[in-house]
Amino acid sequence: MSTQMLTYLFVGLSFALYIGIAIWSRAGSTKDFYIAGGGVHPVVNGMATAADWMSAASFISMAGIISFIGRDGSVYLLGWTGGYVLLAFLLAPYLRKFGRFTVPDFIGERYYSQAARIVAAVCLIFVSFTYVAGQMRGVGIVFSRFLEVDVNTGVIIGMAVVFMYAVLGGMKGITYTQVAQYCVLIFAYMVPAIFISIMITGNPIPQLGFGAEVTDGSGLSVLQKLDGVLLDLGFGAYTAGTKSTIDVFAITAALMFGTAGLPHVLVRFFTVPKVSDARLSAGYALVFIAILYTTAPAVASFARLNLVDTVHNTAYDEAPEWFGNWENTGLIAWQDKNDDGIMQYGAGAALSPAKPIFDVDGTLGSHGERLLTNKSTESANEVYIDRDIMVLANPEIAGLPGWVIALVAAGGVAAALSTAAGLLLVISSAISHDLLKQTLIPKITEKQELLYARLAAAVAVCIAGLFGIYPPAFVAQVVAFAFGLAAASLFPALLLGIFSKRANKEGAISGMLAGLVFTFAYIAYFKFVAPELNSAEYWLWGISPEGIGAIGMLLNFAIAMTISRLTAKPPATVQALVDNIRIPSGAKAAENH
Amino acid sequence: MKTTSTENNKAYWRANISLLTKLLTIWFIVSFGCSIILADWLDQFSLFGFKLGFWFAQQGAIYVFVALIFIYAWRMKIIDRQFGVSDDEDEA
Repeated sequence: MSTQMLTYLFVGLSFALYIGIAIWSRAGSTKDFYIAGGGVHPVVNGMATAADWMSAASFISMAGIISFIGRDGSVYLLGWTGGYVLLAFLLAPYLRKFGRFTVPDFIGERYYSQAARIVAAVCLIFVSFTYVAGQMRGVGIVFSRFLEVDVNTGVIIGMAVVFMYAVLGGMKGITYTQVAQYCVLIFAYMVPAIFISIMITGNPIPQLGFGAEVTDGSGLSVLQKLDGVLLDLGFGAYTAGTKSTIDVFAITAALMFGTAGLPHVLVRFFTVPKVSDARLSAGYALVFIAILYTTAPAVASFARLNLVDTVHNTAYDEAPEWFGNWENTGLIAWQDKNDDGIMQYGAGAALSPAKPIFDVDGTLGSHGERLLTNKSTESANEVYIDRDIMVLANPEIAGLPGWVIALVAAGGVAAALSTAAGLLLVISSAISHDLLKQTLIPKITEKQELLYARLAAAVAVCIAGLFGIYPPAFVAQVVAFAFGLAAASLFPALLLGIFSKRANKEGAISGMLAGLVFTFAYIAYFKFVAPELNSAEYWLWGISPEGIGAIGMLLNFAIAMTISRLTAKPPATVQALVDNIRIPSGAKAAENH
Repeated sequence: MKTTSTENNKAYWRANISLLTKLLTIWFIVSFGCSIILADWLDQFSLFGFKLGFWFAQQGAIYVFVALIFIYAWRMKIIDRQFGVSDDEDEA
C-alpha cells in the first residue's frame, strides 16, 4: 500500500474512533458537559490532561525550535513541565475541593464579586482563543502535507470532527476522546524517535541515545559532534545558549506560572472524584507529558545532525526525495547562489525576505529546484529550512517506512484536535455558565443552560475555524504570550485566594488588572508599536516580551497584597470558605448552583 | 474523626505549608538553580555523556518534577490521615 493510502487509512481510522467514543459518552447534564460528571479516574484524567496540554505546538514545533536554538530551547522544556509542580502543590487540590464548574466560578465566589468573575471570564476567553487558532492551523498544515488536500479543506474537516465530539459530548466526550488521542500521539512521536536514535547512536532509548556516542566511529558523543559540526558551519555551539541568564530565568518563570494559570488545564482537575485524586492526577499528567518532553530534545539533536549530514554539500540532483516533497509545501527551499549545483548550508538567513516566495509560474531552475523570487543575502547559506519540518519530515529524513510517516500524520492531527477541543470547552463554559447563567440570565433551567453550552461550543468551533482559514498575522506571535498573560492575571488571584485569607475583592481585581495591563502593554509595545526597538538594550532589566509575564505576576502580587491590607477584610463567609477548601475531607461532587 | 476543631485544622495547614516549602525549595534549586543560574558552572562536570548543566535543563529537571509531585501526594495522604481530615471515606 502506498504511503498516501496508509495515511488516509490511519487518519480515517483515528477519526472513526474519536467519533465512536463521542457517541458512546454523550453528555446528559450540565455536570457531564462541564466536568465529565466528576467521576474520572486520576490516571485517565492524567492522560486526558496530557493530550489536552500537548498541542500541535508541542508535537510539531517544539523539537524543531529546540533543534535550531539548542540550549535556549530549555526554557520550553522547563517551563511547560515545571508548571505542573505548582499546579499540583498550590492550586489543583484546593480548586477540586471548592467543587464548582469553572475557574471564574472560583474567582467570583472567593472574591464575592461579579466584576471579578467577569474579569476572569474575559481573561480566559482571550487566552483560550489565541491558543485555539493556532491549533486549527496546525490541523490544516498536517492535512495539506500528508493528505494533499487544501489547508482550508483540512481546517473544515478538523472543525467537523471537533464539532461532533465537543458539542455532543462536552467534557465527558472530550475526556475519553483525549485518552485515545494521547495514545495515538505518543505512539506516533516515539516510533520515529526510537528509529532515529538507533540509526544515529545504536541505542533504542532516545533519552539515553541523546548522551551516547555517534556510531560513525569518531568516538564523539551526539552533542560533541553536533557542537563541532555547527561551529564549522558558522553557528553557535548547540550546548551554549545565546540568551542572557536573566532573560532565560524570566521566560522560564512566565511559562511555568502561566502553565499553572491556564484555565483549560485547571478545569481538568475539577473532574476527578476526590482532593487526593487531584494531587495524584497532576503527577500522572506530568508522567505522560514527560515521556514526550524528555524525548523532544533528543529528537531535536538527532534531527539537526541528520539534516546537516543530508543537506550540506550535497548536489541537488542527488538530494533525497523528501527534499522535493517538502519544497512543494514551501517549508524548505534552495537558491543556488554560487551556481555549482551543490547545496551549501550554514549560518545566516539564506533569503530576503526570510520565507521563500516561489516563482508564480512554478518555473524550475537548471537543477530542477523550484525557483525563488526572493533576493539573495550576503550569507553563503543557500538553504531555507522551516523549523516545523523537523518532526514531520523526520521519518522521511531517516528513511523510515511509509506506515511510520502515516502514523506521524495521525499523531499531529490528534495533538491539534485534543487541545482545540479542551480549549473550546472552557470557552463555551465561560460563556454559558459564567456570563449567561451566573450573570445575565440567572433564571434559565439546567436543560436550557446545557443547550446554551452546546450552542456556545458550536459558535466557538466556527470562530476557531475561521481563525484557522484566515489566520490573523499576529496569532503565531501571540500564542507564546498567552502564558505571560495567564501568569500575570489569573495565577496570583488563584494563589492568594487559597493561601491568603486577607486577600479581598479590591486587591484581587486591581492586581489582576494591573498585571494584565502591564504585561499586555509591554508586549504590544515591543511587538506591534515599536518592533524596531525589540532588543535587549531597550528591554526592562534585559527581559524580553516573552518573559515579562514574570514581572507582571510580581506586580500583581504586590498590588493585590498592598491593597488588600489597606481595605476591609473579606466577609466571614468567605473566610470560612477558605478554611473549608484547605481541608481535603468532605469534598462533595460538584453541583449546579 | 468526623468533626475537626479549628486548632487541629490550623496545625494541619502548618504541616502542609512546611512540606510545601521543602519541596518547592527543591523545585527551585533544580529548575532555576541547576538548569539556569548554576548551569554554566555545572557544565564542567559530565554525566552520561552530557554536560551536567545542559542535562539538568533538558532532562534531569523534568524527572525531578515528576518525583516531587508523587512525593507530595504520598506525604500529604499521610498528613491528611494523621490530622483526621483525609478524604478516604468520601464517596467517589
